[in-house]
Amino acid sequence: DLGGTETRGPPPGGPQGGVLRGPDLLGYVGIEAVLDQMRRKTMKAGFEFNIMVVGQSGLGKSTLVNTLFKSKVSRKSCSPNYEEKISKTVQLQSVSHVIEEKGVRMKLTVIDTPGFGDQINNDRCWEPVLKHVNEQYEKYLKEELRVNRQRKIPDTRVHCCIYFLPASGHWLRPIDVEFMKRLGKIVSIVPVIAKADTLTLEERTEFKQRIRQDLVANGIQVYPQKENDEDAEERLLNNTIRESIPFAVVGTDREHQVNGHRVLGRKTKWGIVEVENVAHCEFANLRDLLIRSHLEDLKQVTHDVHYETYRVQRLTAGDGLKGPLVNTPFLSILYYESY
Amino acid sequence: MYFLIVDSLRKTDVFSTETPGYVGFANLPNQVHRKSVKKGFEFTLMVVGESGLGKSTLINSLFLTDLYPERIIPGAAEKIERTVQIEASTVEIEERGVKLRLTVVDTPGYGDAINSQDCFSTIISYIDDQFERYLHDESGLNRRHIVDNRVHCCFYFISPLGHGLKPLDVQFMKAIHNKVNVVPVIAKADTLTLRERERLKRRILDEIDEHGIKIYHLPDAESDEDEDFKEQTRILKASIPFAVVGSNQQIEAKGKKVRGRLYPWGVVEVENPEHNDFLKLRTMLITHMQDLQEVTQDLHYENFRSERLKRGGRLSSHGYVLPLSPAYVPLCLPAFLP
Repeated sequence: DLGGTETRGPPPGGPQGGVLRGPDLLGYVGIEAVLDQMRRKTMKAGFEFNIMVVGQSGLGKSTLVNTLFKSKVSRKSCSPNYEEKISKTVQLQSVSHVIEEKGVRMKLTVIDTPGFGDQINNDRCWEPVLKHVNEQYEKYLKEELRVNRQRKIPDTRVHCCIYFLPASGHWLRPIDVEFMKRLGKIVSIVPVIAKADTLTLEERTEFKQRIRQDLVANGIQVYPQKENDEDAEERLLNNTIRESIPFAVVGTDREHQVNGHRVLGRKTKWGIVEVENVAHCEFANLRDLLIRSHLEDLKQVTHDVHYETYRVQRLTAGDGLKGPLVNTPFLSILYYESY
Repeated sequence: MYFLIVDSLRKTDVFSTETPGYVGFANLPNQVHRKSVKKGFEFTLMVVGESGLGKSTLINSLFLTDLYPERIIPGAAEKIERTVQIEASTVEIEERGVKLRLTVVDTPGYGDAINSQDCFSTIISYIDDQFERYLHDESGLNRRHIVDNRVHCCFYFISPLGHGLKPLDVQFMKAIHNKVNVVPVIAKADTLTLRERERLKRRILDEIDEHGIKIYHLPDAESDEDEDFKEQTRILKASIPFAVVGSNQQIEAKGKKVRGRLYPWGVVEVENPEHNDFLKLRTMLITHMQDLQEVTQDLHYENFRSERLKRGGRLSSHGYVLPLSPAYVPLCLPAFLP
């Protein structure tokens, strides 16, 4: 202990006084008012969300992101004079927008990866993506270690990576396996079957099953990971999600008249594929997962699991100067635990 | 099965209308809310003041518990040689599913000795120790279950007798105002008439100003808040320092049972806003609990941390911090690790 004075902190184990629940209290204190304060503060501060989309060109990545957020947030919609050209190298491009809904403001950043998987030789095409993800962790870590650090550290870490699988109907391709194996360890991956309107329902079910088998066989971790389930209720919900991935999605920004309503859909001679109709495709499930139910969880898993893993590796790396990624001098604090 | 669960999520959505253009991230605050309720809250409150000012009674009244069930009040003879002790009690309170782990740090012996010259070094060491411990945990490798024992708020009890702050009050508050949120409280306010109370409050505020003491300031309500909240904030701000009365006894008054103190000339009701500021103190504490924590984290802790890192030296028992020379702050030194 320090100093030998008579300081005794709170007992290290559990509480000394025990648990007092509602009826034991001699009256009503009103603790839940704390939640109101918290809600006010979070509403005022706004939210940030960084989503990465990875897949070959032509798989509908930009359209899907626009459909998810019902706004023109993708790179395509934002570059003037955009031309559909295959880029010669894998470049990462970020586009940020602030979108608002019912008083809730969100700064959404979409990170696109044009050129991924488009070359003749796609060897190591995952490296720029790996580098980007790790660079964001490094940036955050550096700020966290500064002596005079910012009150709210800017968060550019990738909270979610949607990986687009072409609807081949067969198996995962080698490039899919290599990418997801590596990235699954450092970021939350949500695989989706792109342009799924080329698969019948039976083909879809079989394809999904084969993909799930492939994922297990290759030791690939996708979101939501079993280890991060916090309690039985969450596990139950996440189990059903795990049994339905990858989601078979279709995206569009066009609307059509169906039964007197305007719906988002793709019109063909044989019918209209309604994007938000769960009988047609799983877009609504993806949207509900990503946005309506698990958005905060995606951020938390990124912070509590992936970032912490990165941090531990970084702090215990044998030679701090030359880390595996960025060769910059690293900040000094170093706490070595058992010395 | 999955679709059913998602449908039920949609139904519990506050804004479950499928209006065109509706994305659904307006549900984010609910997601955050759910996670916070699951996680619960931790709060550490320190109470400082001379013996007999009703600190323990007040704490028991605030949280409607009995934190000190087997208390023995020492006599004067025992108090002569006593040094300041630090006693922390933790209790977990749950109400409507919200869990609060409350630690109350009491400081018996403060101001008791004939010569009170040194009575606050123990208290300051305690506050610093909690910061140091947190800094150590925050810098460790396993940060999953860091317990936050830092002192988030300090109620400083001022005696209602006398004409304002005593020299000890001023010295103490100045010694800790950069380390913890100080909330001055006028104790045993039932010894004062309303007019005396107002006068004392004004006097205390003037002296606080005069000596440059930084007490905790309630944040102003935002312009887009509802009128009730704005009004509540105005009233709270205007009542500082709070003049309180505490009691654990139930007295019969006007046909109902109230917590109060029974005098031959009437009953002082603890929870009556016309009798004292107890309810205001409790409201302030609870509605601003999060802000108190944030200010502790963003201001007091960060100050401690940057000073500590600049100083360097042994960090608790396990680590060593390299002192950063001013030329390098906040830059980088080459790292080394064994």
